[in-house]
Amino acid sequence: MKTELTVIGAGPAGLCASIEAAKNGVDVTIIDENRKPGGQLFKQIHRFFGEKEHLAGVRGIEIGNMLLEDAQKYGVKVLLNTIVWGLFPDLKLGISNGNSVNILETQNIVIATGAAEKPLSFPGWTLPNIMVAGAAQTMVNVNRVLPGNRVLIVGSGNVGLIVAYQLSQAGAEVIALVEALPKVSGWQVHALKIMRMGIPVLTSHTITEAEGKSYVERVEIAKLDENNRIIEGSETKVNVDLVCIAVGLRPLAELCWMAGLRFEYIPELGGFIPLHDENMETSIKGIYVAGDVAGIEEASSAMEEGKLAGIAASVSQGKTDKKKAERDILETKERLRSLRLGTYGDYRYNAKEKIIRKFHEL
Amino acid sequence: MSKNCNLQGMMKAVVSLEELKKSPGYPSEERFKRGPVPVIECVEDIPCNPCELACDRNLISVGKPITNLPRLVDPDALCGGCNKCIIVCPGLVIFIVDKTYSDTEASITLPYEFKPLPKIGDKIMGLNRTGEIVCKGTVHKVQTHKSFNHTNIVTIIVPKEFADDVRFFKAR
Repeated sequence: MKTELTVIGAGPAGLCASIEAAKNGVDVTIIDENRKPGGQLFKQIHRFFGEKEHLAGVRGIEIGNMLLEDAQKYGVKVLLNTIVWGLFPDLKLGISNGNSVNILETQNIVIATGAAEKPLSFPGWTLPNIMVAGAAQTMVNVNRVLPGNRVLIVGSGNVGLIVAYQLSQAGAEVIALVEALPKVSGWQVHALKIMRMGIPVLTSHTITEAEGKSYVERVEIAKLDENNRIIEGSETKVNVDLVCIAVGLRPLAELCWMAGLRFEYIPELGGFIPLHDENMETSIKGIYVAGDVAGIEEASSAMEEGKLAGIAASVSQGKTDKKKAERDILETKERLRSLRLGTYGDYRYNAKEKIIRKFHEL
Repeated sequence: MSKNCNLQGMMKAVVSLEELKKSPGYPSEERFKRGPVPVIECVEDIPCNPCELACDRNLISVGKPITNLPRLVDPDALCGGCNKCIIVCPGLVIFIVDKTYSDTEASITLPYEFKPLPKIGDKIMGLNRTGEIVCKGTVHKVQTHKSFNHTNIVTIIVPKEFADDVRFFKAR
């Protein structure tokens, strides 16, 4: 099997990379281990932030449909239920769809494998119905199964706040959201919309224990002092049948490690991040990264990074004229820059600049 | 439920009314006297501006940089009550408040993304920004349309003195 560009992961970054390259006439194959493309977009039933150019005000699920339409329109080949199990030095990929194992030869690769949610351990954490918030969000928004009726959410980042809102929309009662830090860590607007509904958002609180016979039936929450120690006597037992853990994400970079890419530890972007240049090309020529695997951000930035990688791969394939590519890259970078502004954006911009700086020091 | 109320008592507000009133999206008392007006409770520098494009009367400005807080432009310009700003705000923090609804009552128009929708005339309890019950009220208007894209618009009537506090409601 041969293809000019292989994109691994059909989420917002991977789809945008594929579309951008296919538009320029590159032969593109996109691979995803799931049975449907779209990554996390189809569970994001909320409206996106940003400018018109970033599709602000449009719901994630609609953006997902738009990207799938474009991918089809420009002739992107989509391999679903397919895992990439190996990435070899001469840009050969080992892939398997469960029935057969193949080697895919390619000239460029965009790794857009996204992120995984971090776990949190406490006594009882392995009980059924204690899950990461993204899993509950997939169940309720994609598969239309309400995983519980009385919910405790752990973590007040945007994921925790949004999942609290969406579980309420589906009819669950969110008993409380606990946050170990003294202040809400996600955006105030997301906190405001659940607080005014009467969902208690408890800062300086944590989960200390979960109990239940065959699944979680009860949790204990407690207040923390300024040194993050549990304040004795502050423990409260609450009956719940679902606990959602939303304590952050880390890049899903296993394939990047396997390929031998160079990394740097960038805690503000979620851990070890593959180094890349300003157009997302990594320390191995022909391999690009985009989206959360290149640093935890959000779907809008992932889409723009995907476009950058797609344009860069088109240039490397000689499929686009230099002037047009330069203009496209400039416009994409401007849109990306405006997403990385403000209190929640500046630190990401600085961390991304650091990645590029470290790349050029290699 | 009583448990829930205990937990609620332990909660701290993320932003105070005083803070909101100082922000450029919160109308002055003089402006409130002129009729319905968007109340924009967006006080963080998030790069976002759909509200600016939504208003046909150019009442809302974000400008450059895009992290500016949304600002009510002309203190004298009148709001047409089209509710477009309420619908497009991804943060669901724009409300249209009319403190001139009657001598004693104010109307609060807010985004509502839950099913079932309330019905006109429903008796409700007004909830403040931390979900506490602060007053009684009634549902005055319920608007929904395909173009709203699942963000419905509900107008409730509450006693005027709670117009700066009530931002959600539940059935009585």
